[in-house]
Amino acid sequence: MIKAVIVMNDQGKPRLVKFYSFQAVEKQHELIRSIYGVLCSRANNVSNFIKVDSLFGPDARLVYKTFATLYFIFVFDSSENELAMLDLMQVFVETLDKCFHNVCELDIIFNFNKVHSILDEIILGGQVLETNSSEVAKAAEEISKMEKHANSVTLVPSISGWSNR
Amino acid sequence: MAGGPSLMDSLFQRSLEDLIKGLRLHNLAAGTAAGTPESSTFLSKSIDEVRREIKSTDQQTKTTALQKLTYLHSLYAIDMSWAAFHAIELSSSTIFNSKRTGYLAASISFNSSTDVILLLTHQLRKDLNSGNPHEVSLALQTLSSICTPDLARDLTPELFTLLNSNKGFIKKKAIATVLRVFELYPDSVRVCFKRLVENLENADVGIVSAIVGVFCELANKEPRSYLPLAPEFYRILVDSRNNWVLIKVLKIFAKLVPLEPRLGKRVVEPICEHLRRTGAKSLAFECIRTIVCSLTQHELAVKLAAEKIREFLTEDDPNLKYLGLQALAAIAPKSLNAVVENKEVVIKSLSDEDVNIKFEALRLVMAMVSEDNVAEICRVLINYALKSDPEFCNEILGSILSTCSRNYYETIVDFDWYVSLLGEMARVPHCQKGEEIENQLVDIGMRVRDVRPEVVHVGRDLLIDPALLGNPFIHRILSAAAWVSGEYVEFCKNPFELMEALLQPRTNLLPPSVRAVYIQSAFKVLTFAAYFYFYPEEALAASISGVGESVHNGWCEQSSDSVSGQTVTFSEPDEGFNPRMLHQPQKDASGNDGKKMISDLEQVSSCSVKMGHFTKDCLVGMVNLVESTLRPMAGSHEVEIQDRVKNVLGLIELIRQEIHGCLVPKEEENDRGELKACEIVRVMHDAFSEELGPVSLSAQGRVPLPDGLELKENLSDLEAICGDFRIPVLSSFSLEKPRSLEKDVVTVSDQQNEEECEPSSESTSLLTEHRKRHGIYYLPSEKKEKVPNDYPPANDLSMQDKVNDEVDYLVKLTEKSLVPKKKPIAKPRPVVVKLDDGDRIHINETLPELKEDLISDAVQEVLLGSQAVASSSRTDKSDKSSNRRSRKETFRPLESNADSTTVEIAELGNKNSRRIKHRTHGKERSHRSSKKATGESDRSDRPNSSHPHGKHKSRQRADGMENVAAESPVIPDFLL
Repeated sequence: MIKAVIVMNDQGKPRLVKFYSFQAVEKQHELIRSIYGVLCSRANNVSNFIKVDSLFGPDARLVYKTFATLYFIFVFDSSENELAMLDLMQVFVETLDKCFHNVCELDIIFNFNKVHSILDEIILGGQVLETNSSEVAKAAEEISKMEKHANSVTLVPSISGWSNR
Repeated sequence: MAGGPSLMDSLFQRSLEDLIKGLRLHNLAAGTAAGTPESSTFLSKSIDEVRREIKSTDQQTKTTALQKLTYLHSLYAIDMSWAAFHAIELSSSTIFNSKRTGYLAASISFNSSTDVILLLTHQLRKDLNSGNPHEVSLALQTLSSICTPDLARDLTPELFTLLNSNKGFIKKKAIATVLRVFELYPDSVRVCFKRLVENLENADVGIVSAIVGVFCELANKEPRSYLPLAPEFYRILVDSRNNWVLIKVLKIFAKLVPLEPRLGKRVVEPICEHLRRTGAKSLAFECIRTIVCSLTQHELAVKLAAEKIREFLTEDDPNLKYLGLQALAAIAPKSLNAVVENKEVVIKSLSDEDVNIKFEALRLVMAMVSEDNVAEICRVLINYALKSDPEFCNEILGSILSTCSRNYYETIVDFDWYVSLLGEMARVPHCQKGEEIENQLVDIGMRVRDVRPEVVHVGRDLLIDPALLGNPFIHRILSAAAWVSGEYVEFCKNPFELMEALLQPRTNLLPPSVRAVYIQSAFKVLTFAAYFYFYPEEALAASISGVGESVHNGWCEQSSDSVSGQTVTFSEPDEGFNPRMLHQPQKDASGNDGKKMISDLEQVSSCSVKMGHFTKDCLVGMVNLVESTLRPMAGSHEVEIQDRVKNVLGLIELIRQEIHGCLVPKEEENDRGELKACEIVRVMHDAFSEELGPVSLSAQGRVPLPDGLELKENLSDLEAICGDFRIPVLSSFSLEKPRSLEKDVVTVSDQQNEEECEPSSESTSLLTEHRKRHGIYYLPSEKKEKVPNDYPPANDLSMQDKVNDEVDYLVKLTEKSLVPKKKPIAKPRPVVVKLDDGDRIHINETLPELKEDLISDAVQEVLLGSQAVASSSRTDKSDKSSNRRSRKETFRPLESNADSTTVEIAELGNKNSRRIKHRTHGKERSHRSSKKATGESDRSDRPNSSHPHGKHKSRQRADGMENVAAESPVIPDFLL
């Protein structure tokens, strides 16, 4: 299963932190700092894996990828395929791109809630649920629509929309 | 809050966006560093705001406040445990945005110790039953991240319903959540498992993907339980075209195949098929991994995998290359050929810029090592090490060391080569493997008798290099070098050179523990030299019979000081015992200080041995050198050093005395019985030449307990006695333990020696008093003759005139020592001493095993967890084994079902399956009752349990699968 998804910028500032098994926040940030320490020492055109046994226990693997100023990081165990995780990262970034139209670091900074809801559509409890970025984008849009109309609406309309599925 | 959160507050409340902007502004203003005072004041101000706003009665204000807090918690590690109740409060809001905020806050910040978590149960249940799929999905997401056993128990019925939801969107999430619930509340398996299995046949790829994901996690922990589902997985493996699903199914099979070999035959073909056709690297890699890990018996498949691995290796993408190397490492133990075929790529990868690839390549190179190529490979690697960065360099050295020493150096034939390689490693600039090299040098010295001359030679080369002393990383190696040189001094070609190296001024850079080893070695060298002098015939005989030609020659021919630049001539080189030479220096030297003496000694410290006779000058020269160097250290604050220096000085006194005596013909003295010092030197030499060998780890255990030794007695009174004494810490070397009886005598006399040399008379008297009082705790002691300290310091100035003559000796000696040793070309592998009782070997091998056992124990505990997931909520450790047994028993009937040998059991299975059906129908209510839950957790293997269902419970999980098996006709054939 997936243990953690982290997005941080090239200065090591976390932008999105999601751990799928409970870790105290201080510990989370300590881990992030250690990861960053390794990441920033790596050249550009090298493999996307880092050994993290010492940080996350044996069997843990980490893949990362750089998109513009951001590092996307997935930590997972032997139940996941390394290359599939890279693909999933691609799905995640694509979805962000769809939702924010040319996503950049600022979008992720200012849309804390939405980014979380997008990620939650893709991964739940460490399990990969959806790998189709359009489906994820659709669900995320629906959620934000509901949030916008939240004040007045009793939410019945969207139910009918879903019962068609 | 009194007048508090009013309209004003909510109107002018900072939104999350404002907060983020503020944070950015302050951070930017104060530079890039995050923890600047300005930004932290802004942070604390914002938190205060949040604290105020969150108490608002207005939902919107509260929501925004919680949003801000969640943001700060997640990205700035601000504590928000105090806001747990507010999150719960908001989650019950009818406004979706507030509900979402509440749930998000809960899922990010709650943990099992959050006390209000149970208050969420009702709200979660309500939302799980909601008509709005997004509310359901929110509840599921929250449940999967903060689930506790209580929540899992209480919400299992709702989850069970959702597993049958007609909305794929919900069903998927319910399936993923079930995994978490199974872990925390194993009894839920009985309720939900069947429905999970049914969904394996779902047409929706998303759902199948979620299900195989769950099974993959479950099978990871206890694969055996899922063997009966193999037909289902097989169908998916053959039919599915979705890579995500296939990867997970492959992972499941990788776990199942080792348990059931017949399964391998069935799946190997489809897996190869996927590997051949797929264009997706992820799937291809998964196929390869499955084959190299679990299907190694199938040669064709392995061959195909090896081909594909090579494709990976030739890719430009470093990720694929890295994974290819990993797969190659996995295949190495089974098919070394595959590795050798790709040797070139592997060796090239050693210089890859990517650390991962380099490390992986190194692992592979080490896997290729064998008796024939070890030298060649090590040569290549050392060259790489010299060129690479410190980290990788040490990785290389470490893996060479561990590979070569594996299983008593089984790959090493030519130990001379290996020992010189160790010496070479010490000189690699970044070397930080001092400790390991130290251990191996000493270990080889002790185990391999034939290699000792080379060990001493390598040790000498290390010791005489003053540059090495400056590198703290190799102090440990020097310590080993000093130790072997001292221990096997009989192989030393030039003891004077060695002595000088051991006592050179730069040794003050060494840590005390290593310095102590140096001094101890000097002690041994001195003893040996004195012995050689006093008993030339015996020494000669010993060296001929025991030690071998080369050494004999080395000692009996002239030895010289290669360090000395000046030439010194002995006036009468052939005259071994010239009294004048001894007396003359005494006069000259009386006024000289130590330093002058050292410099002189360095020039003169060479000796001439004629036909095995070790001249007095040589010995005197050595004695003077040692004394002048060590005397100042007698007052050292380091116990270890002080101790040993005093030993040496004591010996020097003895020798001095004896040299005096030697002025008179020896025989007479022997007759007079005054040769005590000689005897002591002999005893000490005998003690030192007693071979030290590797000691079995269990040796202590085999020593019978002496009568009257009360090991279990309370030793508190001893502690009281010793309380005021500092117990010297043993230094790194514990190798001198197995002493012979003679050695013990020496130790005792040494001890006395030390005691007598005790500088402060006050402490001596204290000690005596202490001894008087607590005599039983002291070693028995005899009175030892006191050595007078009246021998005038000798001086070698007089030897100046002899210097010239020494050139010849020097030349001859270097000739001798530089002549390569003649050895047969095809040298047989020397004997490596292993303890023949096999105990050591046994222990050596069991140690890692023991560790593994512990690991597997831990794994089993995890397994127990998952077993419990699968079968019951048993947590009692004592039930573990019986639980396992009973589960295995339940599986046997299933496999033999097709043979129709055990009809009864099959019937039992059917009966049980009926029962389970019955139970699942009655599911919700019965499971919600807490009475039932406690009853179940109390339940154990006691067959006579009064609980009506107790007997079958441990089997029910398996029965559930038998049930499935019964429904699906394929199974029996499949496993055959």
